[in-house]
Amino acid sequence: MTIASTTTHAVRVRDLRKSFGDHHVLRGVDLDIAPGSVFALLGPNGAGKTTIVRILSTLSAPDSGTVEVAGLDLARDARTVRRTISTTGQFSAVDGLLTGRENLDLVGRLHHLSTPERSARTDELLETFDLVGAADRRTSTYSGGMRRRLDLAMSLVARPSVLFLDEPTTGLDPTSRHALWDVVRGLADDGTTVVLTTQYLDEADRLADHIAVLHDGRIVAEGTSRELTSQVGDGHAELQLPDAAALARAATALPGSEPDATANRLRVPHVDDVASLRSLLARLEELDVEVDDLRLQRPDLDDVFRLLTQTKESA
Amino acid sequence: MSTAVLTDSTTMLRRTLLHIKRYPSLTLILVGMPLIFLLLFVYVFGETLGTGLPGGGGRAAYLDFVVPGILVMAVASVATGTAVSVALDQQEGIVDRFRTMPVARSALLTGHVLGAVVQTAAVVTVVLGVSLALGFRTTTGPWDLLGAAGILLAITVAATWICVGLGLVSDSVETASNAPMPLVLLPFLGSGFVPTESMPTALRWFADYQPFTPTMDAVRGLMLGGVRTEDVLLSLAWSVALTIVAAAWSVRAYSRPRG
Repeated sequence: MTIASTTTHAVRVRDLRKSFGDHHVLRGVDLDIAPGSVFALLGPNGAGKTTIVRILSTLSAPDSGTVEVAGLDLARDARTVRRTISTTGQFSAVDGLLTGRENLDLVGRLHHLSTPERSARTDELLETFDLVGAADRRTSTYSGGMRRRLDLAMSLVARPSVLFLDEPTTGLDPTSRHALWDVVRGLADDGTTVVLTTQYLDEADRLADHIAVLHDGRIVAEGTSRELTSQVGDGHAELQLPDAAALARAATALPGSEPDATANRLRVPHVDDVASLRSLLARLEELDVEVDDLRLQRPDLDDVFRLLTQTKESA
Repeated sequence: MSTAVLTDSTTMLRRTLLHIKRYPSLTLILVGMPLIFLLLFVYVFGETLGTGLPGGGGRAAYLDFVVPGILVMAVASVATGTAVSVALDQQEGIVDRFRTMPVARSALLTGHVLGAVVQTAAVVTVVLGVSLALGFRTTTGPWDLLGAAGILLAITVAATWICVGLGLVSDSVETASNAPMPLVLLPFLGSGFVPTESMPTALRWFADYQPFTPTMDAVRGLMLGGVRTEDVLLSLAWSVALTIVAAAWSVRAYSRPRG
């Protein structure tokens, strides 16, 4: 769409607020989501992820704040916005009394696709989502994973430019989960902007170009997975040394290292890439120190998450 | 714009009809209730009630008297089914999907109403067929019968929109199935089963002024002769007014953002 290419953001959110009675779910959220990117909104249960998705997908109105989707003001142009977006919610939005094929056909009809377009798209999506065999069974007989796949397929019938996925893999088995990740990656490669919420750090890590951490109704951190983890500090190396003498020698020679005398273990900071590892090994060679075991520790999103949510609580 | 509304409504009607086809037990329950009341009233109470009619006549006369009431009850019965279907829809995520799509807001509801009209036509036909088998005979011409069908159609649309609204505002399917109950009982508190003249004053006042009474009187007159124009007009006026109010209420309830 020309609209999407002339604007810088697929989604732009400013100072979004929403309360349910005394419960302030969103306390001023800002988001800038680049077109064609995969954006993950990461947060624990109750952080406000679903509320954001419901607002972005025109299901719910914010108390205040502005939302632009594909350059259109959501408050004024909700109808037009609905043409460019698609949503797969946390609870599957399929019609249980209809078959998989009928569900896809229904969505195609509502998008006013012609009969040949509809049947071609339906066949194509059944194929992509591995539902050909179950196409003519009622979806009430589907497994959770199948329903989720059909649900996503239904969201893709009209080739949306922005796709919202609310916890797309919650409750799925690992195989289905990986299959869904592949689909999401494929969509992003084709230029679809994907906005997903997740409580799984590895999911955000694996899929997203950009991650925003939502905690208590606010974005507490934002960036690439690497940028976020570097906030916690960079990686370090753990050396297992044979005896106390070796430990003492290494500890004095390596500035900033923290020896653990009880286990003859040494923690060497700022070792997080090939170059720093190579220089560490060279230094150990020079010192003529034998090393029984070496382990690289990189902080993961888990550490980030713990750090961010802890600071928030103690503040 | 309006073609989009028409296309979307047709799509939703297809969906409703598929649902009715896939869930036949619901239709069986809906057709069962008026049939049970028909048999109960004709064979258990019919002899006595028929004797009490102006002009008497026993069971046969009562069958003729009660059929229009039973038909209106069938209309109300199918309408309650629509409240359940609408409430079920709200619970399924599919309605949220429709809301995020560029679909005319009224289309889903229109689809429910049109589907219910088709379902009602089928149920009324079955009830009428059984009535004919029991000995019910119309005495008027085809135009009058067509008029009776028109009156029933108008009240069907009104009752269905009321139930669509009730289904939308119900927080559970159970509530939705109970909320329209008064609608099914309304023929009793009108001219459906006994002439209102036989009721105590307060009840008679209510019975004379509720919408189903002119409807049942008009249908009775158009099937058995002696129709009064005022009943026809009053019934149609009720149907149109109720449809406008209930449809506006329903569309509002459906469009209101939830949470």
